[in-house]
Amino acid sequence: MSQQEMSREMTASLGDIVPELILLGGGIAILLYALFAPRRAQVGAALLALAISVAAATATIAMLDGGQTLTFFDTYSTDDVALWSKLIILVATIAVIALSVPWFIRDPRHGEYYMLLLFSSLGAALLAGASDLMEIVMAIVLSSATGYILVAYHRRSKLASEAAIKYFLISALTSSSMLIGVALLFGLAGTTTLSGLRDGLPDDAAALVVGAALIVAALAFKMGCLPAHAWMPDVAQGAPAPVAAFVTTVPKVGGLVALARLVSVLPDTVGWRPLVALLAAATMTLGNLAALWQEDVRRLLGWSAVSQTGYALMALAALGRSGLAIPSLMYFLLAYVVANIAAFGVVVELRGRTDRASYAGLARAHPLLAMSLVIAFLSLIGIPPLVGFGAKLALFTAAIEADYGWLAIVAAANTVVSIFYYARVMAPAYFDDATAPVPVLGRWAASATYVLTATIIVAGIAAEPVLESLRGALLLPR
Amino acid sequence: MESARQSEPLLTATIFVPLVAALGFALLPGTSDDSRRRITTMRIAATLLAAIPLILMVVAWLRFDGTGQFELLESTRWIPTLGVGYKVGIDGVSLPLAAMTALLFVASIAYPVDFGGRAPRYLALMLFLESASLGVFLALDMFLFYVFWDLSLVGMFFLIGAWGHDGAQRSALKFFLYTLAGSLALLLGIIGIYLKTDPRTFDIPTIIEQGVLPAGGAYSTLVFLGMFLGFAIKTPMVPFHTWLPPAHVDAPAPASAILAGVLLKMGTYGFFRFLMQMLPGTFERFAPALGVLAVISIIYGALVALAQTNLKRLVAYTSVNHMGYVILGLAAAGWAVTGEERAQAIALTGAVVEMVAHGLITGALFLISGSVLTRARTYEIDALGGLAGRSPALTGTTAVAAFASLGLPGLAGFVAEFQIFAGTLSIQPWLAGVGLLGIVLTAALFLRMLQKVFLGALPDRWREWTDLSPAETVPLAALLAMVLVIGVIPFWLLDVIDSTATAFTGP
Repeated sequence: MSQQEMSREMTASLGDIVPELILLGGGIAILLYALFAPRRAQVGAALLALAISVAAATATIAMLDGGQTLTFFDTYSTDDVALWSKLIILVATIAVIALSVPWFIRDPRHGEYYMLLLFSSLGAALLAGASDLMEIVMAIVLSSATGYILVAYHRRSKLASEAAIKYFLISALTSSSMLIGVALLFGLAGTTTLSGLRDGLPDDAAALVVGAALIVAALAFKMGCLPAHAWMPDVAQGAPAPVAAFVTTVPKVGGLVALARLVSVLPDTVGWRPLVALLAAATMTLGNLAALWQEDVRRLLGWSAVSQTGYALMALAALGRSGLAIPSLMYFLLAYVVANIAAFGVVVELRGRTDRASYAGLARAHPLLAMSLVIAFLSLIGIPPLVGFGAKLALFTAAIEADYGWLAIVAAANTVVSIFYYARVMAPAYFDDATAPVPVLGRWAASATYVLTATIIVAGIAAEPVLESLRGALLLPR
Repeated sequence: MESARQSEPLLTATIFVPLVAALGFALLPGTSDDSRRRITTMRIAATLLAAIPLILMVVAWLRFDGTGQFELLESTRWIPTLGVGYKVGIDGVSLPLAAMTALLFVASIAYPVDFGGRAPRYLALMLFLESASLGVFLALDMFLFYVFWDLSLVGMFFLIGAWGHDGAQRSALKFFLYTLAGSLALLLGIIGIYLKTDPRTFDIPTIIEQGVLPAGGAYSTLVFLGMFLGFAIKTPMVPFHTWLPPAHVDAPAPASAILAGVLLKMGTYGFFRFLMQMLPGTFERFAPALGVLAVISIIYGALVALAQTNLKRLVAYTSVNHMGYVILGLAAAGWAVTGEERAQAIALTGAVVEMVAHGLITGALFLISGSVLTRARTYEIDALGGLAGRSPALTGTTAVAAFASLGLPGLAGFVAEFQIFAGTLSIQPWLAGVGLLGIVLTAALFLRMLQKVFLGALPDRWREWTDLSPAETVPLAALLAMVLVIGVIPFWLLDVIDSTATAFTGP
């Protein structure tokens, strides 16, 4: 292919990545705005970010058509899985922007924060579409590099710095070893595109196992899965609460989809399926056990985020064996993201309140906030008709259908355990009396939380459009 | 005619009217400094709203033909990709249970209780619970069933935790953990059945008709055991009953009445609808084990109740005992015998009558124990005594309920237990014989309770004891009147149940 042909095809492909281009251009625009806008007008960056995210989401919806296309020389997917991931990521970003407005309003330089947020979602979106190992590397780096700064945005907070350093160290370790993994697979197959790997990888080679494991470890970091999960509770506790909401959800969407794409091209002989199932069981169990006696609600949410990754991995273990694997993964991600951000939304609205005991009497002081918290938690547990139930039902069904009945039983047992720690927050909020006045942040965070709460109910009852649209979805064109 | 019936969403309205009413109450502002008058008005309004499903169930009863099939079906598409539909309907088992549920909710909501300054939320939760409970009995789609099943747990969790007393939070959590553990086992079982349908569906009538999971093999055994665990915890059967006593003792009286009267029935109803109707072959294999467990529940429940000094705990353990009768009847009805179809139908009918009778009787007993608590501030039987002279209404209602519970002829409990044992005797005389001991024990414990609480000398501290108020007497009278009606002229009820029982066992 000549230079000229290549550039012509790339220009033609630009239409496939309109949402990504909107985020990229928008991020740059916000950076310029934040540089020149006076301090009191910095909040304009938030409005700009909202408009950009909504535009990107609209462009994404317009592209949903059930097509299975690879673009940019097979390095990037614009299939429905990628589009739904982008949509979930953008919904999360919009919600987090709304939560951030009151949180950062007194910060004199917070305009650039929204630029980082948009670039970070762009990284996650690219990860969800990546169909090439190098593309995965780029996306992980973009998503992580912005993540460090976001987590440490309150520079003077020791907790935030500690969390950011932990986040950075684990990220650096896994990302750099990922490069070795990429090199190994490239050496084995002579290509880095996933469709090339699918046809070109040998059935058994020690290098294949090592290379794949190193890449899996980097993706495990992104989604807070064992063994690279340790940053999750620290970030949830130490990062600014809106950032915690973002970092515990958005990268996970990209990471899980990328991992699903990667394992689906590995030969079965590598034994990736039992490995993913084991990771799922270990991750959900560890997350739940660690959350059990938490007195810090944000840390509890962090550990619960770890356990939720474990549930999501059930879908990956069922890939190719159950038609529900991909729909259940995407529906679960939607359910998790909405409920987790709603729960963090309550924390943000309560000015980051994090001591479990201080949630006592919330139902009397702020009935709607308490109800949002309860609905978010019940959805995370998987109580019908909330969105989390349909997601868990689909996951369990996919796992059992894929002959991983034991994994479904482990997940059910874990769900019972999780009731305990969620109830430890819900019970005092409803059954005890408040000990002190409960100050709140105001309209922005509250509205976002209520909208998310309503979404938890509506998306649970109206599950059909999501599941219908993803029925028969593939991770790579045949 | 048929299409005219279909055009009225009778059963859907039964489920959703209380739900809408619950939303309305939830949106009312708090009432920490409310006048007694406003609270009474709200309670009356809630009672009237709760009565709408009861009226609708009466209409449904009049329209019920007793064909042995599901009737008054209403259905619509919901999540076709997963094979989930919205479908409600009734047969001879679910209709009496739903009607009893509606009646018990009216009585429980009407019953005066200390709202703790949160009357609207309490009433909203009760109405929400009514909606979920009716949904469990009327749903004919496993997905929809599970939705209502779990919602009833959530509603009860908040009722016990927020309006209970003493260790209410702990009891509420224990209840929630135990029963949700059962729910998840049930969910895995449901998925197990669902995966064997083709095309995939959660539709209960279709699954029953197709018999998707024949007996034999590890798969159907696992599915059976998962569902069994879910229903056995809810019922509760010994040894899965340990969540029940604390939940009952610490719950507010109307919540106890609902818990015993309605929520336990969801377990026994599940035994019939899921284990017997959907997995008849596997049920036959497990019927002997179930029969033995049932007899253990009967004897154990009665013995432990006999040892109680706490009025509410005593009633709670008699529930374990009575649920044992129900399971015994169901086990006999599903037993692997031929030529005993009539006896099996009688046992099944008896089990369903027992569900209805126990709901009414134990509902009344728990409401009464609430009245005792508000006056005496204790449930200790030994602290009471000689109350017959001070409170004839309390004595009368308690006596009727206790006699009905111990199976006195002429009251509903007798009809039920007579049929259960009559049916079981011709199938497994030994089980029936041992089970009969339970009746002797319950008679002893209720008579002793009546004697200690109402007879003897009146302790000085109860000189000012006030009798039941009309707000307490009327709901109790309504429940006990039904107990009497079923006891004296049971045929209208038996015929309805028998239509499904005979269809199940064969003529």
